[in-house]
Amino acid sequence: MSSTARELIPPEAREPAAPVRRAKGGRVRRLSRRDKVVLSLMVGIPTLIELAMVWLPMLMSVGLSFTRWNGLDLADIRPAGTANYQFIAQDYPPFWPAVQHNMLWLLFLALIATPLGLLLAVLLDQNIRGSRIYQSIFFAPVMLSLALIGIIWQLFYQRDNGLLNFLLGTAGTPQAVDWFGDSSVNIWAVMIAATWRHAGYVMLLYLAGLKGVDPSLKEAAAIDGASAVQTFFRVVFPAMRPINIVIVVITIIESLRAFDVVYVINRGTNGLEMLSALVIQNLVGEGQVIGVGSALAVVLLVISLVPIVFYLSRTFGKENQA
Amino acid sequence: MSIAEAREHRASPGTTDRSGSRPKRHYGTHIFLLVMAAVWLVPLGWSVFTALRPVASTNEHGYFSVAGDFNFDNFVQAWTQGGFATYFWNSVLITVPAVLLTLFLASLMAFAVSRVNWKFNITLLIMFTAGNLLPPQVLAAPLFEMAKHFQVPYSFSDSGNMLNTYIIVIAVDTAFQMGFCTFVLSNYMKALSADLTEAALVDGAGIWRQYREIILPLCRPAFAALGTLEVIFIYNDYFWPLLFIQSGNRLPITTAINNLQGQFLNNYNLLAAGAVITVIPTLVIYLLLQRQFVAGLTLGSSKG
Repeated sequence: MSSTARELIPPEAREPAAPVRRAKGGRVRRLSRRDKVVLSLMVGIPTLIELAMVWLPMLMSVGLSFTRWNGLDLADIRPAGTANYQFIAQDYPPFWPAVQHNMLWLLFLALIATPLGLLLAVLLDQNIRGSRIYQSIFFAPVMLSLALIGIIWQLFYQRDNGLLNFLLGTAGTPQAVDWFGDSSVNIWAVMIAATWRHAGYVMLLYLAGLKGVDPSLKEAAAIDGASAVQTFFRVVFPAMRPINIVIVVITIIESLRAFDVVYVINRGTNGLEMLSALVIQNLVGEGQVIGVGSALAVVLLVISLVPIVFYLSRTFGKENQA
Repeated sequence: MSIAEAREHRASPGTTDRSGSRPKRHYGTHIFLLVMAAVWLVPLGWSVFTALRPVASTNEHGYFSVAGDFNFDNFVQAWTQGGFATYFWNSVLITVPAVLLTLFLASLMAFAVSRVNWKFNITLLIMFTAGNLLPPQVLAAPLFEMAKHFQVPYSFSDSGNMLNTYIIVIAVDTAFQMGFCTFVLSNYMKALSADLTEAALVDGAGIWRQYREIILPLCRPAFAALGTLEVIFIYNDYFWPLLFIQSGNRLPITTAINNLQGQFLNNYNLLAAGAVITVIPTLVIYLLLQRQFVAGLTLGSSKG
């Protein structure tokens, strides 16, 4: 820490040319010994916590995925090579359905929930009477936890007493569908419940994005004779590029994080297998198979790194060059 | 987008209302929005409707009727028998320290990486932001084992390790949320003029005084927005308590509702009342602090 602290310079001294050498010149004296200690603590304490609670466990997940362990005695950890990965790919029945469900979840959010949120934002961004009330209604589910959303939709979806079966006229008849229990439909029912929340979130972000678009762009397009639809897709939507990137990343990450709602319903079994739920199934309960759970976690990690790296390179790329 | 722009955005509905009186007709849009809004309200509305009816009424008349009594008995019963008072208190015990710690640590880190220029500030900021974007399940196995193998005296924790304690939940929540808050706060602090601390430097103010007396007070709007957002995030967190807390009566409310499903089996009225009780604090915060909440969300995701 001390060697880096020596290079501390105030932000206004930031210049691309020879920053280090100048930093070692006169500017350094602005930071007293006490300041350096204070700064080291300011950086050191949060960094230590972040390393110990996030980055170290992440690396340990990778390490444990190449071992065989029941989670009891540290001395029992045995190297296993790639056996865990072979097992999940070949002999673990829920793995491929889970991958498919994660993909389906992503596609559903990307093709239905996100465009719906965008549509709501575009409609509400016009001069519509009652726009704020609509916004509050569509946004309300974003305040709820996904676990609670599972419970609330359970009440709506039940076989005998659920509102949906009543509205469909099937309640109490043999045709009644247990929307969360029937493995042929439950993934769709859950994705609709997830859409209920995701669309409101997307709407909110796009409303902020639309407000940020320079109105003169729209006027110029209108003068050039562009229709409202053309103006939106050719001018407004591309102008919201920063928000679009955030939305893409949020949509991907949400689909990888899908856990709470399926775990509340049936712990992610019987048609609702998701990678995140499989990780936990292998960690809790009697037969703790830490190696298998970790291998699943690593698969989830590797997939997650794609949107994370994309987002970080977009966000910090410019600053790094500067 | 800066807070100022967010504020501008929030101020704009006023202009929307004014120009709404212009004779501009969007019948199709109105019908679509009305239908969507109605659909949006159905799940929550159905829960409230079910919760207000005693189970005797629904047994007699069926769930799809308006006959029978409407009262708050289910709420009272859920509160007393379901242990909701305990669960709420548990949520408070986790949420309050976790939010305060997160904001404090994130503000330290954000100050160091945004107001002082040094070699690794961008690297560290990337590290913090990336950590927050990971699916929590990726970290579950090692964190669980770390907590389990971290021996502490039985006088400190009745499990003999860090499992089943609030400290581990608070620590992990803090570590996980810190990345996001650091990112948002550092953007906010970067936007503050460099002259502010420059003047203080000339006056001989040390780093701590610059942080404590100049930057922190100026960040109040960002703290309000982030604080609101984090209260909701951590109150709504289902996963970490599920992983670490084993005794049912120590669970915070969001995780505990999972158990209520078994406990209130076949009494959907009671389950609905439990669900509605759980929603109330978030809705109250939303209604009171909507501006902060919305500002927090857009702040966190507007830098592309």
